[in-house]
Formats: sequence, structure tokens, C-alpha cells
Amino acid sequence: MMERVVDPLLIQKRREASVSFAIGFAALAGFFAVTPFVMYPVFLMQVLCFALFACAFNLLIGYVGLVSFGHALYFGWASYFSAYTAKAWGWPPEAAILTGTAAAAVLGVIAGGLAIRRQGIYFAMITLALAQMMYLVALRVKMTGGEDGIQAVPRGRLFGTFDLANDMTMYAVVAVVVLAAFLLIYRIINSPFGEVLKAIRENELRTVSLGYKTERYKLVAFVLSATLAGLAGSLKALVFQLASLTDVHWTMSGDVVLMTLLGGLGTVFGPFVGAFCVVAMQNYLAQSGQWVLVIQGVIFVVCVLLFRRGIVGELASYLRVKL
Amino acid sequence: MFEIFGIPSQALFGQLLLGLINGSFYALLSLGLAVIFGMLNIINFTHGAQYMMGAFCAYLLLQYLGINYWAALIIVPIIIGLFGIVIERLFLQHLHKLDHLYGLILTFGLALIIEGLFRNYYGSSGQPYQVPEALRGGRNLGFMFLPNYRAWVIAFSLVVCLATWYAIERTRLGSYLRAATENPTLVRAFGINVPRMVTLTYGFGVALAALAGVMAAPIYNVSPQMGSDLIIVVFAVVVIGGMGSIMGAIVTGFVLGIVEGLTKVFFPEASNTVIFGIMIVVLLLRPAGLFGRTA
Repeated sequence: MMERVVDPLLIQKRREASVSFAIGFAALAGFFAVTPFVMYPVFLMQVLCFALFACAFNLLIGYVGLVSFGHALYFGWASYFSAYTAKAWGWPPEAAILTGTAAAAVLGVIAGGLAIRRQGIYFAMITLALAQMMYLVALRVKMTGGEDGIQAVPRGRLFGTFDLANDMTMYAVVAVVVLAAFLLIYRIINSPFGEVLKAIRENELRTVSLGYKTERYKLVAFVLSATLAGLAGSLKALVFQLASLTDVHWTMSGDVVLMTLLGGLGTVFGPFVGAFCVVAMQNYLAQSGQWVLVIQGVIFVVCVLLFRRGIVGELASYLRVKL
Repeated sequence: MFEIFGIPSQALFGQLLLGLINGSFYALLSLGLAVIFGMLNIINFTHGAQYMMGAFCAYLLLQYLGINYWAALIIVPIIIGLFGIVIERLFLQHLHKLDHLYGLILTFGLALIIEGLFRNYYGSSGQPYQVPEALRGGRNLGFMFLPNYRAWVIAFSLVVCLATWYAIERTRLGSYLRAATENPTLVRAFGINVPRMVTLTYGFGVALAALAGVMAAPIYNVSPQMGSDLIIVVFAVVVIGGMGSIMGAIVTGFVLGIVEGLTKVFFPEASNTVIFGIMIVVLLLRPAGLFGRTA
């Protein structure tokens, strides 16, 4: 057997990275443990759901270099499925969430399988077009309730015991699920599988030449991302007791790009920071109508021109750690 | 009156005509996208917003300065084209060495800003724009009624598309352009000012979008969101045709418009998703697109 040569510097770097991750995660968990006592739990749940959505998106854009401009498809349709099963069929929340997530996974297999047939800029256009197509479908079919959406979705009792109608109970569930999913993503990007994804991001042709079937890796990453986006959408449907066209519209796909970019592409914690900023801004500016659109546009432009590393990326380079 | 497959000819040809009109806009817009992508390597997400600005510009010129349709047809593309040039100088030129992704995101942001500003001032409802006097009315062709304005839109966009194709594929300037698309450094070494050419190309692509906007103004209401839904369909058109060929973009645009019109007659409920459906089929059968070179 061949001896593995391991660079001691690499080991040290890894150790430092995992220490900074542990500190960051403790801060994050601490933040979400304390804040429900000082901020509105519903607002925080919104932040958590969108943070998970952005993390799922970041898995693709930040670690595989695939730009999906249609992630609302998985988020929105998962939210429809979870809302529908909970309301029309009276399924318990855990079953509703699983159904929504599974639906997103199936959509991810189909859309991802189509989109990875083309590279680069075409990939983004295909994902956007497929999402728009499913938006138009959502506008038509009976299940989604068209313009009205699915309203007054019952939150139900988790495992028959925890009453989610209570905001604090719901919050605890959302926080635990989102942080667990976050750890899963961290595990994925630091696994051998994740290393191959990063290799594809850096140089796909070379990765192919090393014998990796990059198509398969891209598809798996795409489906994982879609599934986790679906988990976020399913949770959101229960939190707001609503699934609507807003969730499948292209503006939602734009929002998740904005959160990820603002927080920092390819940073572990960036999506959380980005989601917090964007959700806070949208709530704060809700009365001023279209200015939200303008301000979001300005943030996009400023991020691209002046700080492409995003908030967390800039912070990380200032502190010289990996975040 | 006669019937084809149980559909009255009036309805069939009427929808075909509407399809051709949509096709003209698809062709003009995807042509602009292809030209811009060739030189700048950027997918211009702002294209829909610039089309909308073209329509609004024509509307405002008529409303406040009394400038009529015919003058607008020339003035508007110049104004919006200049606006495009400013955008290229201010923003896009800095993205040259960056990943594709940033061009897409930046132009997406610009589209949001423009659409948001227009919505602030004009709301979401549409503003009407009168069909110019000379083109009102229509003629009866025996099998259908042909409104003059619609005939004009189809004919004029066809002329503009073909003229663009000729300019790029058959003239000296066009050959510089094509050469600069292939290898900008080498073309620069021959003493041609490539950065200026890039700027002007962007301005030209934007002017095409604005021209489409002016032509669309009398047909659809002039509204701030008229561009954003259209641009996504045009993206699908571009995926189907591939951006490698100018003629490919034109043909794909017109053909898909016709297909959409026919779908409206035979399967009305699928009419607005049919182009996306075709995109899926093309991706399965010919992943590089109908006219695409290998990606």
C-alpha cells in the first residue's frame, strides 16, 4: 500500500479551520438561543428558513461554482407540497415537511439533470427558465390555489406531542432543524466528496482528467442543494402557515442570490449573515413599496463592484481565518 | 371563411400573426443578447429592463414633447443606446476579467433598480400608446383581417434583423467585430481600439432592445414589468438556439413565436409554457442548442 504523504502545514491549517468553525458555530447557536427572548420569534424563524435556503444555494454556487438562478423552484414547490399535505390531508408536520423536502429532491433530479447538460452562463439561464415554467404551472394548477396560495395551514403537533401553534415551540424546532442541516452542509463540504466539488469549481477539465465523473458529482450536489432548499421551504410554509406564488417567483431566486452574495460566496457562515441582513431590510422597508427592489439592486451592484467577498468573506480576510 | 382542423381560419391566422409579432420581439431581443454576449462575455440581464425603457421613452416623448412614433423609432434607440454606453463604461468594463457569474448578477441588479424606479413613478398598471395615424386600420386578406400596424412590426423587425446580420457577417466592421470576439488581444495588436468597440457593441445591443420596446408600445400596454417576464422567455429562446450564430438567433426567435401562436390555438393552456417545454426537448436531444457550437 502506498504511504499517504501529509503536509504538516496542511494539518495545521485544517486544525485552525476547524477551531474557527467551532467558535463560529458556538456563536451562531448562542445567538439563536438568546435572541428569541429579545426579538420576535417569527422574524427569527424567517431568518432561519432563509439562512438554510441560502446555505443550500451556497453549496452550489460557492463550492461547485454552479450558478442556479432558479432556486425558488425547490423552495416554493416544497412549500406548496408541505402546506397541501398538512392542510388538505391533515398530515402531521413531520410528514408534511418530509413530503415537501422529497418533492424538492425529485424536482432537483429533473431540473439538475437537464441543466448540467450545458455549462456556464447557459446553466444559469436554463435553471431560470425551468423555474419560470414551474411558476406558470403553479399559477394554473388547482393544488397551489393560484393567486390565493394555500392559506391557514395548520402547524399541527410534532410527533403528536409538541404543539407547534406555540411560537416558541415552533421556533425551537426550526432552530434545531436548521442548525442540524447547517452542520450537515459543513460535513459535506469538508468530506472527500466536497473536495471533488471544489476541484470542479477550480478546474473542471482537470478534474475530469483525474478520472472523476464530474457530471455525477455536479448532479448529486445539485440534488442535495435542491433538497435542502426544499427543507427550508417546507419549514417556511409551516412557520407562516402559508404557501404562495411569491415563493416560486423569480424574485425569490434573486433574493437567495442576494443573501448569499452579501454574506459571502463560498463562506460557511455568510448565508446566515446575508439572510439576516436581507430579511431585516425587507421587514423594515415593507411599507416603502418598490424601494425594496431598488435598494436590493443597489446592493447587488455594490457587492459585485466593491466587495465580492461579502461581509463574512471580508471579515475572514481581516481576521485571517477561514469562516 | 373556412376551417382548418376544425379551427376557423380567422382564429388560426390571427394567432399565427400574434405569434409572428411575439417572434419578432424574441428575434430582436435574442439577437441583441447574442451580439452582447459575443463581445462582452456577459449575459445582459438588463435587456428586459432596457426594452421596457424603450417603450417608456417613446411614451414620455409623445406625452410631454409631442414627438411622434416615427421620430421615436429613431430617437429612442439612440437615447437608450447612450444610456447603455454609460452603463458599460461605469460598471461592465470592470468585470472583464471576472467570472461570468458577476456580469449576470450585476446586470440583474441593474434590472431591479430600473424596474423598481419605474414602478415607483408609474405603478404596475399599463399606460396606453396610440397606434400611429398612418398605420391604423387594416386590410382584409380574404382568409383573415390583417391590422396594418402588426404587419409593419413584422416587416420592420425582419428588416432590422437582416440588416444586423448583414452588418456583422458581411461588412468590414463586422469582420473586426467577429475577430475581436475570437481573439481580442490579437485584434488590438492590429491597431483596432477593441475597448471602444466593446462599448459601442453594448450600446448597439441595448439600442436593439429599445427599438423592440418602441414597436411593442402600441401593441402591449407600456408598463414597468413588461420586460422582466419577457426576458426569461428570451433566455429560453437563446438556450434553444445557442448564441453562436446571428442567423440562428433570428430564425429561432421567429419560429418559436409561430410555435407559441399555434399552441395558443390548439392547446391554449400550454401556450405560455410551450417554449420552456421545447427548451427541455432540445436539451435532451441536442444539448448544444440548435445552432450552437459545442459549449
